[in-house]
Amino acid sequence: MTLLDVRDLRVSFGRRTKVVAVDGVSLAVAPEETVGLVGESGSGKTTVARAVVGLVRPDSGAIVLDGQPLGRIGRRPAVAHRAVQMVFQDPRSSLNPRMTVASVIDEVWRTHPVTAPDGDRTAALHRLLDDVGLDASVARQRPGELSGGQCQRVSIARALAAKPRLLVCDEAVSALDVSVQAQVLRLLVDLREKHHLAMLFISHDLGVVHQIADRIAVMRRGELVEEGPAADVLGAPQHEYTQSLLEAALELNE
Amino acid sequence: MTATLEKSPAKAGPTARKRPGRRWTRWIPYAILALYALTGGIGPLLIDYNPVYTSLPDRLLAPGSPVSSGATAWLGTDGTGRDVLAQVVYGARTSVLIGLATVVVSCVVGVAIGTLAGYFRGWPDMILARGIDILLAFPAILLTIVIAGAFERSVLVVVVALSATAWISFARVTRGVALSIRERAWVDAARVLGVRPLAILWRHVVPFTAGPVVALATLEFALVVLAEAGLSFLGIGLPNSAVSWGQTIANGKQYLATAWWISAIPGVALSLLIITIGILGDQLTARYGRGHVR
Repeated sequence: MTLLDVRDLRVSFGRRTKVVAVDGVSLAVAPEETVGLVGESGSGKTTVARAVVGLVRPDSGAIVLDGQPLGRIGRRPAVAHRAVQMVFQDPRSSLNPRMTVASVIDEVWRTHPVTAPDGDRTAALHRLLDDVGLDASVARQRPGELSGGQCQRVSIARALAAKPRLLVCDEAVSALDVSVQAQVLRLLVDLREKHHLAMLFISHDLGVVHQIADRIAVMRRGELVEEGPAADVLGAPQHEYTQSLLEAALELNE
Repeated sequence: MTATLEKSPAKAGPTARKRPGRRWTRWIPYAILALYALTGGIGPLLIDYNPVYTSLPDRLLAPGSPVSSGATAWLGTDGTGRDVLAQVVYGARTSVLIGLATVVVSCVVGVAIGTLAGYFRGWPDMILARGIDILLAFPAILLTIVIAGAFERSVLVVVVALSATAWISFARVTRGVALSIRERAWVDAARVLGVRPLAILWRHVVPFTAGPVVALATLEFALVVLAEAGLSFLGIGLPNSAVSWGQTIANGKQYLATAWWISAIPGVALSLLIITIGILGDQLTARYGRGHVR
């Protein structure tokens, strides 16, 4: 039983000199499962994430959600659009600086009327903000008045408001400082259980992925080099690249 | 505790620094503009003027001279005995109206085309970029003159002729803004959410063009007022029944040596307006042109 099934995904950029960013990646995410996608910068993990949400058009390969192939962004049925949401790396630029937090959430409800609360919208908004650990007073504020961690919580709230089934987190905590990182990570773990979310968690930080992922896939130069349960991949890495990644992470910790 | 102690002086700093010195001087351009708007709006109600009526005995009177009707020509009269003050007042209305109409038309057209091309890229962008290149290849005033000259003289033709080139700057600037804003994560987030493309454009891209557009609008307003005066000076602008600074300046050019006031006074009125708008444009650019988008 899989929720997201990525089959032989290939993505390249550029017209004349083609740069292959993703070269035949196959990946599956089960319902309520978190798959960590790790790799160094430029390994193509972000491109996989952007292809899954539809921001990047793949050269070939299939991205299937619940047996339905996901088409291009904007051409997807509304249900598919809602089902896959994304949290971006940069907390500040992922929110329109001119919009208040309330209008950011309201945009989700206006775009997908099925997700809109039936009764009091203000109360629903406050409930949602409370869910992500934000005070109700934040609703009237704009991103410029919020901290990076708060912005990221708003981004998570926006993604949750669409009632998704799969949350794609692209380096969602990398831009935050360490203490905030731990809080947001904790929040993601809580929300995952509460909302029965599957997650594709992209990060270069093995320590972070270790805390959240059930399974881990390792990418290098556009290809998947190793995939398996988190404990196995981190405990007994098979591929030499994974071993060197782990060693590098351990050296940093010491 | 330290945080609260440090915070209060830091917060008072910029606000305290902003106030002194510039408090009233920054209102000067607004005051001058208001004066022009008042002159153009109310002046024609108070001063009676018929542009086709000539009074030969009152020809070329110096400022302050009494005219045959018993009134005083405070700013003198022109070569056919018409009051220069009245021409300046009526000309202010013409200039401001034509300037506003042209800026609004070219702004709406330019922002719409520029953001559409910049956001959607592809073939609309290609057509726009090449179109801009073509239009930039020869002087804007030439196209304006061709259009204005091809049709019968009227306010509408002047506005259309001036807008025909003025929208290009708006399109170029907003295309650039749209090209950069479309890469921002909040636009990606809206796309992932499934917001309709035109709604994304309107809500997440167009608002960020406001700063540069306001700054550009002031500049364009000044250029348009100048261009209208230029067209009228050349005799292909407004019809003779309308009053325009350009016409008045043109009428006075043969008397420059003997009756300087005919050309000089509307010329000063025009220059003051252009300079004021320039200063205002700089102020607006400093305040809204940056900072909001980071």
